Amino acid sequence: MQAAPATSATVVQVTGVVKEFGTLRVLDGVSLDVARGQTVAIVGRSGSGKSTLLRCIAGLETVQAGKIEVCGHEVGRPGKVARAQLRHDVGMVFQGYNLFPHLTVERNITLALTLVKKQPWDAARKKAAEVLRLVGLTDKVSSYPEQLSGGQQQRVAIARSLALSPEVMLFDEVTSALDPELTQEVLAVMEDLATRGMTMITVTHEMGFARKVANQVVFMHRGKIWESGPTSELFARPQTAEFRQFISSEL
Amino acid sequence: MLYKFDFSFLLERWPDFLNGAWLTIQLTVLSISLGFVVGTLCAVARVYGGRPLRLLIGFYVELIRNTPLLVQIFIVYFGLSSLGLKLSAETSAVIALVVNMGAYTTEIMRAGIQSIHHTQLEAADCLGLTRVQTILHVVLLPAIERVYPALSSQFVLLMLASSITSQISAEELTAVANNVQSDTYRSFEVYIIVAAIYLALSLLYRLAFKAIGLIIFARRRRLGTAL
Amino acid sequence: MIQLSANHVWYLIMAAQWTVLLSLIAFAGGALIGLPIALMRVSPNNALRIIASGYIQLIQGTPLLILLFLTYFGLGILGYKLAPLVAAGLALTLYAAAFLGEIWRGCIEAVPRTQWEASDCLGLDRFQQYAYVILPQAFKMAIPPTVGFMVQIVKNTSLASVVGFVELARAGQIVNNSTFEPFIIFCIVAAIYFAMCYPLSLASRFLERRANAGRASH
Repeated sequence: MQAAPATSATVVQVTGVVKEFGTLRVLDGVSLDVARGQTVAIVGRSGSGKSTLLRCIAGLETVQAGKIEVCGHEVGRPGKVARAQLRHDVGMVFQGYNLFPHLTVERNITLALTLVKKQPWDAARKKAAEVLRLVGLTDKVSSYPEQLSGGQQQRVAIARSLALSPEVMLFDEVTSALDPELTQEVLAVMEDLATRGMTMITVTHEMGFARKVANQVVFMHRGKIWESGPTSELFARPQTAEFRQFISSEL
Repeated sequence: MLYKFDFSFLLERWPDFLNGAWLTIQLTVLSISLGFVVGTLCAVARVYGGRPLRLLIGFYVELIRNTPLLVQIFIVYFGLSSLGLKLSAETSAVIALVVNMGAYTTEIMRAGIQSIHHTQLEAADCLGLTRVQTILHVVLLPAIERVYPALSSQFVLLMLASSITSQISAEELTAVANNVQSDTYRSFEVYIIVAAIYLALSLLYRLAFKAIGLIIFARRRRLGTAL
Repeated sequence: MIQLSANHVWYLIMAAQWTVLLSLIAFAGGALIGLPIALMRVSPNNALRIIASGYIQLIQGTPLLILLFLTYFGLGILGYKLAPLVAAGLALTLYAAAFLGEIWRGCIEAVPRTQWEASDCLGLDRFQQYAYVILPQAFKMAIPPTVGFMVQIVKNTSLASVVGFVELARAGQIVNNSTFEPFIIFCIVAAIYFAMCYPLSLASRFLERRANAGRASH
């Protein structure tokens, strides 16, 4: 099922962003708008810059030129990041799940709620139970990450970010490290989130998922946005040779 | 030339040995705790601090690790006293042991902290945790768990090294041994007894640290696996 | 009270020679006894393993100072009166043997199992395996931690002062007794120890890095 239709509010605005690692230019003038409730899938080959773009939006990397605005706050300039505010607005899920191994699933989720949002214990635990229900892992509340499968750990990671009630969720190749049979459970959760109206930007190799769930697809190549547009149109009418090549290689 | 071993002094003097052992325990538990705190703070500063701070701590660590504890104790007790700061033997002993412990702990904890993958820090950052919160809740406990065997060994070594403080007349176990042997002239027997007591203390400390480990590392206690 | 002078500092530096001598004795003796201990520790013979293990645990569980007193008074019993160098040398040797034995055992055990299997398949007997295949590799691995332990030996010679041997720490006490400037004197003493130990520490770290780099490229 397609994600809920976009409203007028623009949640993420990327304008002319340039990102360099030393002398290597990874992002070369990237511009992107993401409206509330939209699901955007960023696709492309390794090295195209898609993960870097996501990390810049998340505030994990600084940019050399251009502007990134998330929910009205500017991101990506050293010193200018209002970190705490940004963290309330943006949830990030990583390829390697990055759960805290020494904490239980519940504590992984309640940690930021109690420390950052300053919620009292009861409220935090209730919220944790709520998001675990959303991802279908209620019975794992007292388990440690190492007792869970990869797919389960990734779902916990999603729950952990969701608990902070972000405005937009970022997913960085979250199924790439998973065995194929575990991928579906994670994609199902993401699809469910999309139908509930969450604004999502996901870097993914799962073309099936992108076609099914995303409103907008962005194809990146060599640090630039090569093609972008509504999902069905983009796949039906690829404009460039590179994108055509990419689609056929992914099938 | 058969030497006649004579342990009869024990009948009278065993309270002295007990007192000496007790003071050794008090001295070293205090020094270990404070030294651990100092070392952990320095390790955090070494990994996350600015360049001048890192250099300063590096200098401190190298200085302590490349000079003998005996000389360090002399500097604290005799040296500071000649500069006007008169401290008791026990206080000087604690200061010297804490400074010494701190340097070794810094290196051990530094390795532990650096073993925490940067992706853990990124995840904490994305959840909105401040630097301090990240260090306290995400880095510290796993780091300590990783280097716990090395830390425990270092703590036991410190307990054994505390015998050196007898040289400034801190009334711990070795000092008691020195006193008793000069009274009874049964030197060999006295030191055998004291060696046995230190061995027992080593064992005791090792068991205590194991128990502490089981208490604070909840995950390890429940699952039995290494981090 | 005499004024601290350059002569005093020279006296301290000269005393450091005895520190070096004692360190070399301790290392040589420790290595001589430590290697058999290490071999015993990895021996298939239970009795040998237990003896070596017991020795190491005994030494590692006792303060060096107590060990010094035991050898000093123990030698007195055997008839040797007031032999500080012998007592200190013996104590440090026993101490070094235990720690070097442990370090070298670790290195022997770190040689991959496959080396044992390969040399066995070539028909080498146990002695030949050790002499030609295992020990040479273990030796290379052992250099960084052994050099690192040299630092411990040099620092621990300071305890020989307690049984009257005039090395650097004792010399410092002697100078202090006539000039009463403990802070400066013991800082100078510390500086001399530092000058001896720091190069060894650096060498050990350098060798460790080089060994790791070599391993990484395999």
